[in-house]
Amino acid sequence: MLTDITIGQYFPGTSVIHRMDPRFKILSTLLFIITLFAGNSVWTLVIGGIFVCLMLALSRIPFGLIWKSIKPILPILVFTGILNLVFVGDDNVLWEWKFLKITMGGVHTSIFMIVRIVLLIVGSSLLTYTTSPILLTDAIESLMNPLKKVKFPVHEMAMMMSIALRFIPTLIEETDKIMSAQKARGATLDSGKMMDRIKALIPILVPLFVSAFRRAEELATAMECRCYRGGEGRTRLRQLRAEARDYVGFIISMLFMAASVAVNILL
Amino acid sequence: MAILTTEGLTYTYSAGTPFEKTAVDHVDLCIEDNTMCGVIGHTGSGKSTLMQHFNGLLKPTSGKVLVEGQDIWADKKKLRDVRFRVGLVFQYPEYQLFEETVYKDIAFGPRNMGLSDDEIRHRVLETAQALGLTKDMLERSPFALSGGQKRRAAIAGVMAMRPKVLILDEPCAGLDPKGRALMLQQIRDYQRKSQSTVLLVSHSMEDVAEFTDKLLVMSKAKLFCYDDTPKVFRRAEELRALGLRVPQIASVMDELRRRGYEIPLDLYTVEKARDALLPLLRKGAV
Repeated sequence: MLTDITIGQYFPGTSVIHRMDPRFKILSTLLFIITLFAGNSVWTLVIGGIFVCLMLALSRIPFGLIWKSIKPILPILVFTGILNLVFVGDDNVLWEWKFLKITMGGVHTSIFMIVRIVLLIVGSSLLTYTTSPILLTDAIESLMNPLKKVKFPVHEMAMMMSIALRFIPTLIEETDKIMSAQKARGATLDSGKMMDRIKALIPILVPLFVSAFRRAEELATAMECRCYRGGEGRTRLRQLRAEARDYVGFIISMLFMAASVAVNILL
Repeated sequence: MAILTTEGLTYTYSAGTPFEKTAVDHVDLCIEDNTMCGVIGHTGSGKSTLMQHFNGLLKPTSGKVLVEGQDIWADKKKLRDVRFRVGLVFQYPEYQLFEETVYKDIAFGPRNMGLSDDEIRHRVLETAQALGLTKDMLERSPFALSGGQKRRAAIAGVMAMRPKVLILDEPCAGLDPKGRALMLQQIRDYQRKSQSTVLLVSHSMEDVAEFTDKLLVMSKAKLFCYDDTPKVFRRAEELRALGLRVPQIASVMDELRRRGYEIPLDLYTVEKARDALLPLLRKGAV
């Protein structure tokens, strides 16, 4: 079923991580990703791993959810693993068969890459699990504020993002309904040749687009009726305000990153 | 003859999760052919879920659905065939129109059935006429029609498959009173002419009172009753306990009866009430 798709996978909660200022969360996540990919030492991964585990424990996100975010990228993990295993080599040959050669260096790189990607996914999904989409866009808008100086439409971008996020579930529901309606008229969606399958999408896509445009128009009218005219002079219901604990949290993550960088330089 | 039968039909949404909800609970039903049947019940009583089982869009968690005596889930490959025999029109069906012309859109279902071009043409024209769509409308884009005409075009798309059972989920939602009455009359005429079974999901007691032979009442995922329309409305007290109404005119008649006037039972349409009251008035009994 389409309705099983979870996008904007927010897991409501009241943990420290949930309550942290979303701007700091985004910055920390960005820093985490950069250090993760900048470092080549095993210690980068160890420190990153400890950091992620600590944050997971603090956020009280059930383990099942984490697994759910890793599951879709399993094929990519396996692919990268095999690719590195086979094509990265050094002199320490472990096993050889015709042109295939597996070396100690290959094993090392392969495991290193897999752990790195897993940490990347878990770390970034931690951000979306603990931050509601609205807060996330608010934070992005706030972080991009300096760009207003160069006339970049920051508010408009953020508004578009939140509208897009808001309508994902609605459109999924709509697609489900249209699919059922066309199936009731004998449309076949999951069988036949490639060409037939593509053609079978028309009865779904046309009504979906029509309704998306209709909704967009209605929303635009509704916004006009409420005198919406962009970001200027607009106030918010939820003001983002950084508190002491946000700074503390941010400093803690900075320390982890610094440790990771230091370890890379020193070892 | 029974056309649609369910045996212990149960459907549970999101089984095995905290959001588990039984939408249809052990429903045993037997609907005869050549019947106009109204389906009533509160929002969330399981009407729509039940309807989607009749043409195999939903698979029962347990229990069976039989169309003309055959279990529709016995052979998955024949499921498409079941959908041609049991036509389902969703709420606001105008949102599924997609073709370039109304004609092509109505022809979508019959074409999927693999009928010949002549047969398709015949069916499309006949159905369009039955629903009051003119010939020049058929060549227009469905998106250029008015709301009521779009609705008719979409319903015609399912009717043109000539299903043995036609299920309409609130076909009159959002139409004006005049359009409602016309639409219901056209559906009734279609049912009589085709001798098929029509299931009409509705929230209007007045509409089902006037246009249906049978009533199927759902309440809290269970089948409350399935019986002749007059017999169902005789259980006015029980219906009220479920939070449903009886037609307004039936309430008026009940009240008159309670005040001691001799008024026959089963007066639930305005016409019948008028015919019964006028002679009484002339006699000076009221």
